[in-house]
Amino acid sequence: MLNAAVLAIMVTMALALVRAFMGPTAYDRLLAANLFGTKTVLLIALAGHALDWSGFLDVALLYAMVNFVGTIAVMRFFEYGAGEEEE
Amino acid sequence: MHYLSVSLILYLFWLILSGHFTPLLLTLGALSAMLSTWLLWRMDKVDKTAVFLIPNLALLSYGFWLLWELVKANINVARRIWDPALPVEPGWARLPVTVSSPMQKALYANSITLTPGTLTADVFDDHFLVHHLCKQGLEELHEGEMERRIRRTGI
Amino acid sequence: MNLLLEGLSAACLLAGSFLCITGGVGLLRLPDFFSRVHAAGVTETLAAPLLLTGLMLQMDWSLDLLKVLLIMLFLLATNPTASHAMAKAALHGGQGPNDEKAEEDKGSIS
Repeated sequence: MLNAAVLAIMVTMALALVRAFMGPTAYDRLLAANLFGTKTVLLIALAGHALDWSGFLDVALLYAMVNFVGTIAVMRFFEYGAGEEEE
Repeated sequence: MHYLSVSLILYLFWLILSGHFTPLLLTLGALSAMLSTWLLWRMDKVDKTAVFLIPNLALLSYGFWLLWELVKANINVARRIWDPALPVEPGWARLPVTVSSPMQKALYANSITLTPGTLTADVFDDHFLVHHLCKQGLEELHEGEMERRIRRTGI
Repeated sequence: MNLLLEGLSAACLLAGSFLCITGGVGLLRLPDFFSRVHAAGVTETLAAPLLLTGLMLQMDWSLDLLKVLLIMLFLLATNPTASHAMAKAALHGGQGPNDEKAEEDKGSIS
């Protein structure tokens, strides 16, 4: 069952990638990238348990944080553009 | 005081992550928590207005109610995605908001966003700008049960 | 007891997987950006906790359980924030609503 879940997550990741390539706007791509990141966290957690890795949960936790901060950072970049507005 | 609680929280987090309980590592963890707090102090970035939520019974019951709403809304949206016969009618609306404290407002806006089918795009003084996937979710918000429950938590 | 845990875990994982794919399909199928945010919301608000709960039911009692719980809480806390931030950024970026009322909205935001 764990393997089935891992497979489902990978299918979702593939779908997100398709959306990321299709666009049409930069926000769609960002949304897809964010979804991809969240699914990566789940993939690490589930696959790590299934394959008996050690320390994988730390990686997943860290990835969740980096994904969130990264999404916010890229979004701010879209919102205000590069160097147009200094805060 | 805030710095003390920040370092305590950091230390607790470190403990959960490390899982080692030998004296040497415990000391090192405490040191690294203190170092982080010192760096924060140097940056002067600790939020002085930080509020510590004390979980009470009302908040807990709100959490469970929200979870149930989440499940229902999820099923609704999932059906709309899979079944082409069901209409998807995205639209915008202004939702009047009567709760006034910042904490309740934040909880309300986040709850709306967390429930699939409705999404808070912007927050104003007396209303939210809400995007909805179907009319049904919006109507439920207009009935105001979520708002009543949030007011009852009393945060 | 063990069988019960296994069954619960399998049910959680199955439901989570289904919702996960649903979100992916919705991301492709829905017509505009803001609707797609809803689709992404499906997978992240319920699928992630379901999958992680399924995982937790299979694990032994240890500190790792707490870590999975932490991941779950973190995802639940950051997901609406990220969704809201993206919606707001898209509004700023001119992806907003097209009708008349919306024009006025965009004006009042900035």
